[in-house]
Amino acid sequence: MNTVVQARQLGKRYGRRRWALRDCTVDIPAGHVVGLVGPNGAGKTTLLKLAAGRLEPTSGAITVLGGPPADTPGQLARVGFVAQDAPVYTQLTVAEHLRLGARLNPRWDAGLASERAARFGLTPAHRAGRLSGGQRAQLALTLGLAKRPELLILDEPVASLDPLARREFMQGLMEATAEHAFSVVLSSHLVSDLERVCDFLVVLVDSRVLVAGEVETLLATHHRLTGPRRDPGRLPAGQQVICASHTDRQSTYVVRTDAPIHDPAWTVTPLGLEDLVLAYLDRRPAGDPRTPLAVRP
Amino acid sequence: MIEFYLDTRSGVSPYQQLVQQVRHALRLGLLGEGDQLPTVKEVVAHLAINPNTVLKAYRELEHEGLVAARQGVGTFVTATLAGTSLAAHGPLRLELRRWLAKARRAGLDEESIEALFLTTFRTPAQEDIA
Repeated sequence: MNTVVQARQLGKRYGRRRWALRDCTVDIPAGHVVGLVGPNGAGKTTLLKLAAGRLEPTSGAITVLGGPPADTPGQLARVGFVAQDAPVYTQLTVAEHLRLGARLNPRWDAGLASERAARFGLTPAHRAGRLSGGQRAQLALTLGLAKRPELLILDEPVASLDPLARREFMQGLMEATAEHAFSVVLSSHLVSDLERVCDFLVVLVDSRVLVAGEVETLLATHHRLTGPRRDPGRLPAGQQVICASHTDRQSTYVVRTDAPIHDPAWTVTPLGLEDLVLAYLDRRPAGDPRTPLAVRP
Repeated sequence: MIEFYLDTRSGVSPYQQLVQQVRHALRLGLLGEGDQLPTVKEVVAHLAINPNTVLKAYRELEHEGLVAARQGVGTFVTATLAGTSLAAHGPLRLELRRWLAKARRAGLDEESIEALFLTTFRTPAQEDIA
């Protein structure tokens, strides 16, 4: 598997005791739009900042596109980073942002930048501080895309946007990935933001990968089973129980299995991505939280 | 040209929805031989979905011999689904109507009819024979 981000026992501590990320091991494959999901405080932002070279690790190792992050100007040019809340310089105009981008980035795509600016109504003379939230996000995305990176990292890019602006943002991002081949990693604490756009999902909780894999595979191998009450020990060996709940008569399981489920006692329903993630979050206290699940190649 | 839509609550995966919509359009004669499908970039920009989803749908349609990709031009319809089965629709619908009337006379409400149809429809073929 070709990886764009590879972390090994990666840790970041602030001050003497506060670990924002601890012992994080993850492989993020190339050629995908990867969704990094998890509750607030899971370490998503810290992981992404470490990958973008905005932070130095306290412990462990991280490589990005095969090298240390932000090591050389060449490496910097290969990775784009859009930090949380669409960071732009409020006092600078749109045109000044684009000039700055052109000056700082060796592979700057001026055509792409001006085309996107025109399409989203980013008037060159307007100061960034006067743009709407959606427009500011589009400006930040334009700067990230026009850099023409091999990997674009976005931290909670749509969290503060209204539904329409969210959709426009994702439309622009997906259109760019269709046109120019590059890898994308984006984080969100909402699975619904990522459901359509991501083809690979990494669920991070307390610095640990609970589940990672191609979205299609995850959806095809997880099922909800409902039927008469049954002990987990009486399920077939190939069915890994992700979470279970029981009443005195009925059992509901979420299982992972490659094989079809033939048992006529069960009503089998497919799981949406959101329910799938919730099933993993649900089971955490019961299982061993330190064992990451296998990543499918 | 057709325009795709996605039903996020259907439980059917987005790529399957795209495949179904093309098949549906072919069946109804909305798409015919030589017609072009929207480009991947157009679909992606319209629906805000992952490009691989569209590529996978188009590959499946290609595999079924319904469309063909022309390098650098786009994806075009190469077959039709309408002609062959359209003639059978009328008689089948008539039988289905009769069956529905029978089911209602037997006291089944809408929901029971739907459930009965779906479970029968989804039961593997070998059990039908047994």
